[in-house]
This record gives sequence, structure tokens and C-alpha cells, in this order.
Amino acid sequence: MNVIEIKSLTKIYNGGEVKVKAVNGIDINFKQGEFTAVVGPSGSGKTTFLNMLGGLDRPTSGEVIIGGVNVWGLSSRQLIDFRMNNIGFVFQSYNLIPVLTAGENVEFIMQLQGKPKKERDLRTKELLEAVGIGDRIKSRPSKLSGGQQQRVAVARALASKPEFILADEPTANLDSSSTTSLLELMSQMNKKFNTTFIFATHDQRVMDKARRIVTIEDGKILSDEYFDRE
Amino acid sequence: MKLIIIAWRNLWRKPWRTVITSGSIFFGVLLSAFMTSMQYGSYESMISNVVKFYSGYLQLFTEEYHENKTINNTFILNDSIKSILDNEKGITHYTKRLEYFSLASSDEITKGSVIIGVDPSGENEVTGLKKWVKEGTYLDNNSNGVLVATDLAKYLQVGVGDTIVLYGQGYHGVMAAGVYPIKGILKFPSPELNKQFIYMTLNESQELFSAQNRLSSIVIMVEDNYHLPPVLKNLKREIKSPYMIRSWAELQPELVQMIDGDRAGGYFMKSLLYIIITFGILGTILMMVSERKRELGVMIAIGLQRSKLSIILFFETLFIGIIGAITGLAVSIPICYYYFKNPIPLTGDAASTMVNMGIEPFMYFSMQPDVFYTQAFIVFIITILISIYPVVKSYTLGLTSSLRA
Repeated sequence: MNVIEIKSLTKIYNGGEVKVKAVNGIDINFKQGEFTAVVGPSGSGKTTFLNMLGGLDRPTSGEVIIGGVNVWGLSSRQLIDFRMNNIGFVFQSYNLIPVLTAGENVEFIMQLQGKPKKERDLRTKELLEAVGIGDRIKSRPSKLSGGQQQRVAVARALASKPEFILADEPTANLDSSSTTSLLELMSQMNKKFNTTFIFATHDQRVMDKARRIVTIEDGKILSDEYFDRE
Repeated sequence: MKLIIIAWRNLWRKPWRTVITSGSIFFGVLLSAFMTSMQYGSYESMISNVVKFYSGYLQLFTEEYHENKTINNTFILNDSIKSILDNEKGITHYTKRLEYFSLASSDEITKGSVIIGVDPSGENEVTGLKKWVKEGTYLDNNSNGVLVATDLAKYLQVGVGDTIVLYGQGYHGVMAAGVYPIKGILKFPSPELNKQFIYMTLNESQELFSAQNRLSSIVIMVEDNYHLPPVLKNLKREIKSPYMIRSWAELQPELVQMIDGDRAGGYFMKSLLYIIITFGILGTILMMVSERKRELGVMIAIGLQRSKLSIILFFETLFIGIIGAITGLAVSIPICYYYFKNPIPLTGDAASTMVNMGIEPFMYFSMQPDVFYTQAFIVFIITILISIYPVVKSYTLGLTSSLRA
């Protein structure tokens, strides 16, 4: 079953007299539970593609349909709510809210969803334990290592029970061992919750874990390969 | 609730910046409250001196007397007016006067003077006339003597125990003449009054001017100037033509103009102070928003509505204002209260000038609530105005550009 359907997705940047087609008519679908890496050289358009997919950057043309909803047909307010309920984000620089503790960062999105406190507390604890930092629930991001912060970011992304998680270069700021354990963690979460993961990455280790690799170059899909991995 | 907690915690990410910005508001509120308290205190003192010296807070007379101050335009106090005055709760005292002009003569010297017939005890309660008696004794209801102002007495070359002759025109052109022993000499702070005033009992003055039971005015006192407006409103509503009621401000517009002029100067100074504070806060808020662009973008990306983000940013601005205003008021109120209870004594030329004007040489402070809540209100308005920037920013923040910031 397709979670995401993308039709003729195009993004053109107007740089004065020069128009740059960052994404050039991409058609692609993603199924529930996929663990996909979108790869390509710098400037190939993978981040722009992910931003349009995540409802962050409006395409020049084309459609992004998630769970039957045309994302870019929504109003700005509806779009924010849609992202909150359907899409989890993991950013390269973790981007946790610095004044909230690890637990509060995870809980925050559920609070925005209006979930009751008891449910929030339970899920926060469960998620932080699942990502292996249950003991750091009361720590502020500044007291956590990069790897730990990215784990909190993964827990936060999962908190709203999204349809899929978009991760833009999630391992770029991590050392080797943190990268390995984070990938292992995301792979476990993918299996445990059957959540779809889509990465934009340069990192070979991410590619090695991915069961589907979409290669983009000059805003077009160059290849789309599936791998059978354990 | 969480949004407000985030706003509060954001303030303390850079505690020194918050302390310094709130500190500028603190000093602004402190200085402004101190300055306003001092200004209001001096106005209260000036008004109190003027009304307690002669005019009273209010005066009642006839419309004709207001236009033309002749003895023919005086009036007889009727029961209806008396009842209105007696029943008005805001009035603390009132006293009756009959004022007119007459020639005053000693053996060989004559001079024009103002004759004021008063109820001795009532006048003393209202204006404290007794305290200006420099020699001799104060009037009593049974005495037929007069009190003469010091410069007039010197001019006429008379003293306590001498007699003077008063003569002029009485009610409806009747000849007014009488011989009066001098009971006392008055020394007022005002040279003008010292040159022309003669006080006698109301009965004696009515006798002199053949104006039995007639009054030129009734002088009315209230608790203080802040209690005046409701009393004035009530009396203006109840007292009908041919009578009229006038406040000290209407009787002495030049004093009101002087106070208004000074007040305008104070407003200018305070405006400068608050403008400087406004730019200080604005600088901090600009920094707080621009350095957190990515963080704000992330919050919107993960699902925080822009309206909620604007609440966070609004409260951050508001908290800075509240901290500054509350601490400023918490310090300024006890300081002003101390000086309210212990006015600052003046010395030197300033003190002499004030004494000569009949004003006590002290710098007074006011504890009127508006001295303080006005400052809090101004800070609130400033923070509301400044918060427009972050609120607008939260609605216009470009999502992808902020995530790249």
C-alpha cells in the first residue's frame, strides 16, 4: 500500500534571469514500512525533494499525496497540523528545543496534538527507553552528546505516530559509533512500529542499511533500487 | 501553559541579557515614578497653599458678583443653599465672607483697602488666618476690632490699640463709615495682601456696609484636590442660577497654566526616558528572534502553529517588561513613601523664595496611585508595541530559509 504518491513534482528557483530546476518532474511512490535512502551528489535536489515531500517547501508544480491527501492543496494552517500528525522530522543538527528537557521535547508534539497527560507521559517514557536514553529524560539537550540528542530527535519524530519519518542527513554530525547505533536504532524502530523512513544522505553506512535507494541527479531520479537486507 | 513555560525559560537562556534589558526598564520606571511623585507632590503642595491661603477649593457666589464684584451683587444665604452645602458629604468646612472696598484712614493718612468680613472661627478652620497674626490678638465673634495687614498698618502709621476710620459706599449706595480699634497686625507671605487687607467679623462688615445678612462668597473646603471633582460635579448640578460654584482652578487659571506647563516638561523628560528604554528592549527582542530563526523554523516544521509561536514570542517580550516594571515599582514605592513622609528640606535662595511666597520650603512627594500605575501601564504599552515585531515575524518566517539558517 502506497503511503506517499508523488506526481510530476517540480521545483524551479528563480535566480534573477536564470531559472534553476532543482527538482524536475519526479514521479515516485513510497510504501508503508519502507526504509529508503535518497542519495545523490550535493546540489542534486535531494533536500529540496525531501522538503517538498515533508510539506516544508511548496513545489512549483506537481502533487504530493500522503494517505490520500494532496498536501499542497491544504491551507498553511492545515498543513502545519498535517505535518504534526503525519510526518516526523529528524534534522542534521538535531534541532531539539534547547529549553526543554529530553522528555519534554518528546512530549511537546503530543501536547500540541492535545493528547492527555497520562498518555503523553507513558509514550515519552516508552520512546526514550526504546531509543536507549530512558535515564536522560530530565536532561536538557545541552547536557547530551550529539548521538544522544539525535536519539531524542528520533523519539520526538516517532512521538506523534506519523505515517513516515523524513531524515535529512541525520548522521552528518555524528561520529562513527554514534552513527552505527543510530542507524541500528532507526532500523529497529522501522521494524517495531512499521514506520516508513526516508533519508536524504551522502553516508555510505546509511545506504548500506537502506532497503531501497533512490538516486537523484540534476533533479531527476537516476535509479530506484530495492535491496533485501536483514 | 507549556508555551508560557517555554517563553519564560527562553528568557533565561542568556540571563545577563534579560537582566540588563529588564534593568533598563527597572531604572526607567524608578526614575519616572520618582520624578512624577516629586512633580505631583509639588503641585499638591502648591494647590494646597493656594486654596488654604485664601481661595478655598470652591467658592459659591452669584453670577452677577462673578461678573462685577460690587456689594450690590452680594446675596443672602437661603435655606436651600445651606441645605445643599450641609448635605454634601465631600465638604469638610465652609465659611462665609463679605468682601468690599473702602478707604482706611488714620490721623492724616488715607488709603484704599480691601475689607473682608469673616466668621473668625470658620475662617481660621478654612484658611488658618490666625497664624498670620503678628501682633495683638485674633478676632472673636463679639469683638468690634479689626486686623490690619502689616504694610497697610505701617503706611497708615497705626498699631495695635490705635483706631482707624473706614469709609466708603455701602449696599445700594448707602454711606459706609465706622471707627474701629486695631486688635491685631497680620503679616502675610504675599506683599500684595500686606498692602491692602483688613479683616473684621462678618457682622461688623455687614453693619459697616449696611448689608445685613449679605455675603459676597462662601468658601468651601474638601479633603484634598483629588476629592474635589465629585463635589464640584454635585454642587454644579444642584446649585442653580442666580448662584454659581467655581473651583480654585477656575478662579486661578494662571496657576493651572503654570502646573500644566511644568507637567508638559515632565512628560517630555519621561518620553525621552521611555524612548531610550523602548529601543533597548527592541534591540534585545530583535536579537532574540534573529539568533533563533532555525529553532523557530523547526518548531513550525514539527507542528507548532504560527499563532502559538507568536504567543511564545509575545510572552517573552511581556515578561521582560513585567520583570522590569514590577521590580521598578517595588523599589520606587518605598522610596517615594519615605520622602512622602519625610519631605526634602530646601535651603538657600530657593528656600527663601518659597518662604516669601508663603510656601513651606520642602520638596514634597505624592503617593497618588496613578504616579505608579501609570509607569506600569506605559511599560505594558511599550512591550505590546515591541511585541508586534516578533509576532509579525512568527507569521512571516520563511520555513526552508529558517531551517537553513
